[in-house]
Amino acid sequence: MRTIKVDTLARVEGEGALYVKLKGDQVQDVKLKIYEPPRFFEAFLRGRHFSEIPDIVARICGICPIAYQMSAVHAIERALGVGIDPSVRLLRRLFYCGEWIESHALHVYMLHAPDFLGYPDAIAMARDHQAIVQQGLRLKKAGNRIVALMGGREIHPVSAAVGGFYKAPSKSALRDLAEELKWALDASLATARWVAGLDFPDFEQDYEFVSLSHPEEYPFNEGRIVSNRGLDIDASVYEENFTEQHVQHSNALHSVLRGRGSYMVGPLARFNLNFDKLPDVAQQAARDCGLHAPCRNPFRSIVVRAIELVFACHEALRVIREYEPPAAPRVETTARASTGQAATEAPRGLLYHRYVLDQEGLIVFAKIVPPTSQNQKRIEEDLWHFVSQIATRPNEEITGKCEQAVRNYDPCISCATHFLRLHLERDST
Amino acid sequence: MTLRIIGCGNCDRGDDAAGVRVARRLLELGVETHGFETHGIEIPGLEITEHSGESFSLMDSWTGSDRVILVDATAPSGTPGQIRVWNVPADRLPEDVFPCSTHAYGVREAVELACAMNLLPRILLVYGIEGKQFSLSAPVSPEVEWAVETAARQLLELARTMTAPAQVARD
Repeated sequence: MRTIKVDTLARVEGEGALYVKLKGDQVQDVKLKIYEPPRFFEAFLRGRHFSEIPDIVARICGICPIAYQMSAVHAIERALGVGIDPSVRLLRRLFYCGEWIESHALHVYMLHAPDFLGYPDAIAMARDHQAIVQQGLRLKKAGNRIVALMGGREIHPVSAAVGGFYKAPSKSALRDLAEELKWALDASLATARWVAGLDFPDFEQDYEFVSLSHPEEYPFNEGRIVSNRGLDIDASVYEENFTEQHVQHSNALHSVLRGRGSYMVGPLARFNLNFDKLPDVAQQAARDCGLHAPCRNPFRSIVVRAIELVFACHEALRVIREYEPPAAPRVETTARASTGQAATEAPRGLLYHRYVLDQEGLIVFAKIVPPTSQNQKRIEEDLWHFVSQIATRPNEEITGKCEQAVRNYDPCISCATHFLRLHLERDST
Repeated sequence: MTLRIIGCGNCDRGDDAAGVRVARRLLELGVETHGFETHGIEIPGLEITEHSGESFSLMDSWTGSDRVILVDATAPSGTPGQIRVWNVPADRLPEDVFPCSTHAYGVREAVELACAMNLLPRILLVYGIEGKQFSLSAPVSPEVEWAVETAARQLLELARTMTAPAQVARD
């Protein structure tokens, strides 16, 4: 019996461990153990006024606060029947571009690339690839600048509001971002070419991909929830189609499609389901990288993230060009007893929120399903199959490959519970 | 060039506030921060800032300064309030003393990454104050309160020697 343990998984957000048990070369058990304590955010929200929610949920994650803000404001706006100004809609797309750029740049360069290049971490990689790491850091900073402008600050932004923003930027303030974003677009194309040349394990799975889909655009804030197996629903019926299950070894719930099981959300799902909505520059970059939809190799998600960097920079520049400040940064809202649901596309995938409000606008019930909860079961299934392929290799190599496979999903464990340890147990009898 | 003192930490997590508290105490002590020129000689100023400790923006925060002092809380090891000083890069920051954040990149990683990419300031001193309690909303422990005061006064003296004597003569 062999047991492979990673007691503290590095280069993921949050705290978790990985346990793999092998009998000979047969996988006996795989567990992604999320031991980060539950954070009870849904309970914190009860009794709060709806206007406070965007600022509170932003605290769930230091990497993707905007996703939490966007899912929250859209769900509450749906509850209250609020329509937003088209300029505000554009600004929300720009805000999301900022978060995708900083999150994807961080993951591609600092968290995932070292796996492919054989380094223990980005610091070791930087000693040999200084220019590459500097490019990654500058890209991330380009995203941070958008977030800081739109959100008032880089971390846990404070400007998102139900009905719009507390303050809308001027045209000139947005134009100031353009020069760096033009550089970032070129750098993203270079990033795609760079990561496309990495070595990818030969591993494919028959996934059910789930993401938002919008008739006219690559999805951020709006669209129906669709899959490659016929799912096509409004967010209002999400819970009729998806359910969360508690498993003993994880403080994060496992989300499954009712009657169908695991599924994948995130860049690979978005790319496969929305390739035709990418701008030409991103589609061409994907083709140049040999990346075609559907892509079923999760290790290639690093290339997809680079393509999404191209998209996000291109989209940000489009918004900056087309932006006219709204007459008012936000529309006033009136409380009423109501329920609203919304899903938006966090960098790591679909993020669902539901809020029940009373007549005073206080939160009676809140439900949040983050992307990592949705991917958790799928990560374990990937590992079952992937470890089977590499079971004859030495434990150290299996451990490294398993960590790499987990990072395919860029899991945010802090979000899901609201670091990863690998434990590999091998029975050679 | 300006001497920059950067106090790192999170004021909502007990002793993690140590670095930020030192930065604020320095300002309370009336440290002079403006540089000036006299007899054609540029006397460097002193900047005191607070920072969350997030690696990448921390690296940016010392850009433009060739002399930097970082102050941060360190992991508990049985001697709360103990002050240790590392002269980087001659001294490596120990992993167990500066454990990483949940996002795996904190003060130690910022220093290591900057070192790997030749982005360190000419002089970088890291003041570590050993913490005792880091729970959410926990108060700062008495040992760390004492250490904050001690570190602030040590840094005041150090700033005097690293800038001009007239810079820090208000208290």
